[in-house]
Amino acid sequence: MEYFIQQLINGLTLGGVYALIALGYTMVYGVIQLINFAHGEFFAAGGYMGVIILSYFAGCGYMDTHPVFCLTASFALSMAYCAYLAIGVEKIAYKPLRKESRLAALLSALGMSIFLSNGLMLTQGVYDKAYPSELFQGGFDFGGMVTISYLQMLIVSLTGALLIGLNILVFKTRIGMAMRATAQDKTMSALVAIGSNRIISLTFAIGAGLAAAAGIMVGLYYGSVRYDMGFVPGIKAFAAAVLGGIGNITGAMVGGLIIGMVEIFGAGYLSGEYKDVFAFIILIAVLYFKPTGIMGENIDDTRV
Amino acid sequence: MIQEFRRIWKQYAIGMLWLLGLLWPLLGIHPDGSLSFEETFTVWLYLLAGISGCLLIYLANHGGQLNFITIPVKTLRTRVMALATPLPTWMWLVVVFVLALIFPQITGRYATDVAINVLLYICLGLGLNVVVGLAGMLDLGYIAFYGVGAYTYAVLNVTYGVGFWICLPLAACFASFAGCIVGYPTLRMRGDYLAIVTLGFGEIVRIILNNWMELTNGPNGILGVKPISILIPVFENGCSFEIFWVKKLQFFYYFALVLAILTIIGVHRLNFSRIGRAWESIREDETAAELMGVNTFVYKLLAYAMGAFFAGLSGAFFAARMRFVSPESFTFLESAMVLCMVVLGGMGSIPGIILGVVALIALPEVFREFESYRMLIFGATMIIMMLFRPAGLIPAKRVGKRSEEKE
Repeated sequence: MEYFIQQLINGLTLGGVYALIALGYTMVYGVIQLINFAHGEFFAAGGYMGVIILSYFAGCGYMDTHPVFCLTASFALSMAYCAYLAIGVEKIAYKPLRKESRLAALLSALGMSIFLSNGLMLTQGVYDKAYPSELFQGGFDFGGMVTISYLQMLIVSLTGALLIGLNILVFKTRIGMAMRATAQDKTMSALVAIGSNRIISLTFAIGAGLAAAAGIMVGLYYGSVRYDMGFVPGIKAFAAAVLGGIGNITGAMVGGLIIGMVEIFGAGYLSGEYKDVFAFIILIAVLYFKPTGIMGENIDDTRV
Repeated sequence: MIQEFRRIWKQYAIGMLWLLGLLWPLLGIHPDGSLSFEETFTVWLYLLAGISGCLLIYLANHGGQLNFITIPVKTLRTRVMALATPLPTWMWLVVVFVLALIFPQITGRYATDVAINVLLYICLGLGLNVVVGLAGMLDLGYIAFYGVGAYTYAVLNVTYGVGFWICLPLAACFASFAGCIVGYPTLRMRGDYLAIVTLGFGEIVRIILNNWMELTNGPNGILGVKPISILIPVFENGCSFEIFWVKKLQFFYYFALVLAILTIIGVHRLNFSRIGRAWESIREDETAAELMGVNTFVYKLLAYAMGAFFAGLSGAFFAARMRFVSPESFTFLESAMVLCMVVLGGMGSIPGIILGVVALIALPEVFREFESYRMLIFGATMIIMMLFRPAGLIPAKRVGKRSEEKE
């Protein structure tokens, strides 16, 4: 029983991370109907920016004096960096191909993904890069086997805050309304003076920012980052987006949690070696049996 | 015109500033708590110089300032073509064939090795071309079939001692069977879903190869795969057959050449057959194809099976040549590389794909010192090709007249 609860907590942590990445896929798909293959690389870039900024602060010595400030700043700066990266990537590789065939845009996105991960490798080195390790030691011990580390609490609460913030942004503000309108019909929204290019840039920026936050969390959780770390989580998060119904924001959150849980429980109870396979099998099964996902694709109001 | 130029330069300036902002955090923030700018600026200036050069050439070509070069080249080309056209195509093919035959005699061991690589990748590229170029389905797990072919031969040979020539068709059949398994559940999906599901399948195959210790020996791979053997008649006392192991690189080159030629002929025949036309119609418009009586389900499955078939063949050759297989050889990056060759050469065009393979295998061998930039350049190539020349270096010729072409 303790083991079960422990796995539940681990699954919640991992699922939150997948949900954050999946939101980027689902939002971009909602607006321009393109699978952004480079999204996993935004996640990796976020992880790298986190390690760069945190090590810089640690090198300056601020880490011991102002830990909260350093952590907040590293999250904010990496999210901003990835948003900046994503806006440029969209302008270079996707925007000129918006009118072309889907295959062209898809191949361009794939090329961008390879380019970015190798760019990271060239600038940051082939080997793992370690996070400053003195962060977040310890945690709550609930007697016996169940422990929640401070880090897990931080990840879960931050994920929750980001998800709530996104929901407010998309469903309660004017910008969110413009995003939803663009996703539904670009021509009509242009007629009511919503600039679709701007909205698309904004969508990419938000998605990449969330992925960057997920990247830092994964980096903190596992202690290191690698240039190709975006590939497998990218596919899994895509599986989560599809599971929840691509284009559906609530769906992506639920899908991410389910994929995280399945992976942790599959690894815990079935087989650790094949843990990467479970997400793929879910992806294939969902696409085969219910391609619209559990929450349904393109529900009028929730689609961004 | 001037406005156009101003627009281009403005975008270019913004883009380069963006790049500077992108590079600096990666290169200029150091873990010891210091900031630096020199390295970033050096890298940025190199990039600036390179990109400006390309842009200037492009603009000059666009504006006609390079006519003194391009026009003579063009006339030279038309003259050469005018000289060449009276000769039938088969004569050129014979010339290429003879060159390919004497290639290992006139070059060294290293060049032969690279040439074998080129030939194997030609088979792979043409197989992927059937799926992507002809049927228009983006397959990102293609290398898995190559892996299935290679492991079929390796396992059958090492564990059961089966010879190469029996394993070759078996490997191809297993690979096509795997192709059908992947194809069957994915056929209802649209292009982009298909891409990511095939990617997932490719990863699943790699993970299985990595973890099924009893069969595949896991990440250590299978050692001691036998090379190709042929029976040679010996007439010393009566007539007996002697087994001849093809260990020499030159002989292997000829086997790879035969395989590549058979693949080229096979794909060419498929392309210009009824099946090829059915695939093209599916690529252009699936609903219309179905209305015209094309059984899209069967033909899409067939495309998968045929693509995997060629991958299986070259996989078995790969295993026989390396005499060692491990899951490391069948990663996603390999799939992306093959895809990049197909995209660069031109989807659906056989000479284009051969050119693409030669460009992406042979050129990195020439520029050895830039080895670490290889995948970066592959990625950039894919983007640039899609932006400026989506049909590839040698676009595919099509059969018959099309409504969108002018009379």
